[in-house]
Amino acid sequence: MIYRETGQFKTSYAADQAIFPIAQDRLGMLVILAVAFVAVPLMASDYWLTTILLPFVIYGLAALGLNILTGYAGQLSLGTGGFMACGAFAAYKLATAFPELHVLVVFALSGLITAAVGMLFGLPSLRIKGFYLAVATLAAQFFLLWLFNKVPWFTNYSSSGVISAPPLAIWGETYVTGFEATPRAKYLFALTVVTLLALAAKNMTRLKIGRAWMAIRDMDIAAEIIGIRPLATKLSAFAVSSFYCGVAGALWAFAYTGAVEALAFDINVSFRILFMIIIGGLGSILGSFLGAGFIVLLPIFLNNALLAMGMAEAVALASHLEFMIMGALIILFLIVEPHGLARLWQILKEKLRKWPFPY
Amino acid sequence: MMNRRQTLGLAAGAIAFGAMPLRLHAQENAQFIPSLVYRTGPYGPNGEPFANGAADYYTLINARDGGINGVEIVFEECDTQYNNDKGVECYERLKNKGPTGAAVFSPLSTGITYALIERARADKIPIFSMGYGRTDASYGAVFPHVFTAPATYWSQATSLIQYVAAQEGGLEALEGKKIALVYHDSAYGKEPIRTLEALAERFGYKLSLFPVAHPGLEQKATWLKVGRQVRPDWVLMWGWGVMNSTAIKEAAAVGFPMERFIGNWWSGSENDVTPAGDAAIGYKSANFHGAGATWPVHEDIFKHVYDAGKGAGKRERVGEVLYNRGVTNAMIVVEAIRTAQEIHGNKPLTGWQVRDGFENLDLSAERLTELGLADFMQPIKLSCEDHEGGGSVYVQQWDGKTWKRVSDWIPPMRDVVWPMIKESALAYAKEKGITPRSCT
Repeated sequence: MIYRETGQFKTSYAADQAIFPIAQDRLGMLVILAVAFVAVPLMASDYWLTTILLPFVIYGLAALGLNILTGYAGQLSLGTGGFMACGAFAAYKLATAFPELHVLVVFALSGLITAAVGMLFGLPSLRIKGFYLAVATLAAQFFLLWLFNKVPWFTNYSSSGVISAPPLAIWGETYVTGFEATPRAKYLFALTVVTLLALAAKNMTRLKIGRAWMAIRDMDIAAEIIGIRPLATKLSAFAVSSFYCGVAGALWAFAYTGAVEALAFDINVSFRILFMIIIGGLGSILGSFLGAGFIVLLPIFLNNALLAMGMAEAVALASHLEFMIMGALIILFLIVEPHGLARLWQILKEKLRKWPFPY
Repeated sequence: MMNRRQTLGLAAGAIAFGAMPLRLHAQENAQFIPSLVYRTGPYGPNGEPFANGAADYYTLINARDGGINGVEIVFEECDTQYNNDKGVECYERLKNKGPTGAAVFSPLSTGITYALIERARADKIPIFSMGYGRTDASYGAVFPHVFTAPATYWSQATSLIQYVAAQEGGLEALEGKKIALVYHDSAYGKEPIRTLEALAERFGYKLSLFPVAHPGLEQKATWLKVGRQVRPDWVLMWGWGVMNSTAIKEAAAVGFPMERFIGNWWSGSENDVTPAGDAAIGYKSANFHGAGATWPVHEDIFKHVYDAGKGAGKRERVGEVLYNRGVTNAMIVVEAIRTAQEIHGNKPLTGWQVRDGFENLDLSAERLTELGLADFMQPIKLSCEDHEGGGSVYVQQWDGKTWKRVSDWIPPMRDVVWPMIKESALAYAKEKGITPRSCT
């Protein structure tokens, strides 16, 4: 009843090709953006901003990066953590070597550096596929972490191998990284970066480049026959994906924790992000964020809820229960909808269109 | 970009949990002490006795003395799983609890300490990283809010080298000797390297480094190289968790003499040696406090805590090395709060007031005796500049059943360590744009 497109006529090509062709979707999106950009910073406490929303937004970006590579281009990768570390360390080196660089330049450059590294590790994808490629990208994960751990130049010869983010200002005295930055500034900065990149990703997947990725994913030989060059397509997917992961890593180090060692981006991070896109939905921008929400937010909710229910004395029990419930939920969701949460949302939307009079 | 459902979920969550930080404890006249612990996760077996020791000591202070000068202690644990992200979440969750907010945080992990230092500076909450964390944070002029008493990794490294030298017959005898460092390849394990290298230059021993990847279950190649190729005279270890017992087993497998294998203070608990069985007999480690349940404070813990059924752990595990470390941590926190009360009055104090207590802490031998901890540890005296204060360790040896003290207290080479701490802290201040405060 409320979600119906009757009467909405598309009178131009632009209207027909809009990201959200239905007026209710556009409105919904605007409301969500308004909530995220205005209501949340005004209302949420510092605890919420720094420990729940910030990692959620950043993980969402990393998941989006992996989704471009795995969901859209069909190249299974386990190197996400390594690429995030690459972005973080590149941003650190740039920010400390050239303190006069603007924070956005630092982030863009670190993303580009990661993109180059990603392309390098993407080269084997021309010869190996599927699980074998996952193993090859695993090499990126281990090699990059080893490199940052081994070569002290990357950490400016810090004795412990920990980098700590210098304060950078977006303009004037408004810091968005480092300890001078307020949680609100950090959150808004991360959210802006992520929103812009998500918009860019959405458009990329609707352009020629995105269609080429999906063609390669669905059947690479057929794609090659109709004139899509596998080399350029696969490497572009690696480059774009790594760019996103690199920026996410830089945000993680600069806006979220403030101090990281290479170990913070270990293989578990890669797995987490892979689980996010599997649970959220492969080949879906929305799915990246749904998955990130599921993996990042749910454990914190569970833990707090368990403790709030009067088990404050038994933190160990709460942690164990949190693991068990989380595991059960993952299995449940994968059985109910193997294509992920994004697909659930899509089904819901279709049902909603016919509601309350299904045929 | 979020969708509606998610926003709804967030909103629902916000309503459900918005009240959460308000879930305060009933007492208005109470000092809130947060406890970041890990009873689960890869290092849970080590985190548990530590957490129990700290919890039991706070319970003891409440049960026996009715709190610190009448101010009851309320403590709450948060399980970090030794995970940096969870540690940050726990910190944010606990920092504003209680009538006056968190008194002090002991992150119990070098990684979490690094992640919290700048946050705590902004929030004006002290960090007490006892025997771990960022060594150069001992320089109080740059890190007014971080305390590393009673000793840091760098001090410990110099003490261990002195112990080795004493066994070899003097510092001159180190010339040409081979010393290997087997370390956890993380911020924690890398801390001593710079110090050991500086000492190698000074005394002429040859240092070889063997990083072990987390969690350290696979060390065959490392120890084949140590035992068959490098053949060092001494092996030092900076390990944690399952890495320690694995290392002891592998060292025994290649026939490396246990008497020449010394762990740091995180590599010398019952958890590390018992899994290795008889192979571990003779293994040594550093320690900065006593082992065993033989001090008067333990009698009090049995009497007031365990007999009252308020014990956090099992009775028979009271007195283990890591349990005692938890007691030590809690004891120093309590004494710091007591000192702060002398300055600010007997009431619940804010984090920054507790910080003053830490900075003026003077834990003398007499005071330790009063606390039932005579010769349990060395006296600590902190100042505006020196947040480490002391730094002595002793070496203990495992005899198959208990840890035996086999050396005197070994003071660190302050002349080596302090300039390094200062230099490193000042470099940090420069990078971060911090103006060091004056300590004169």
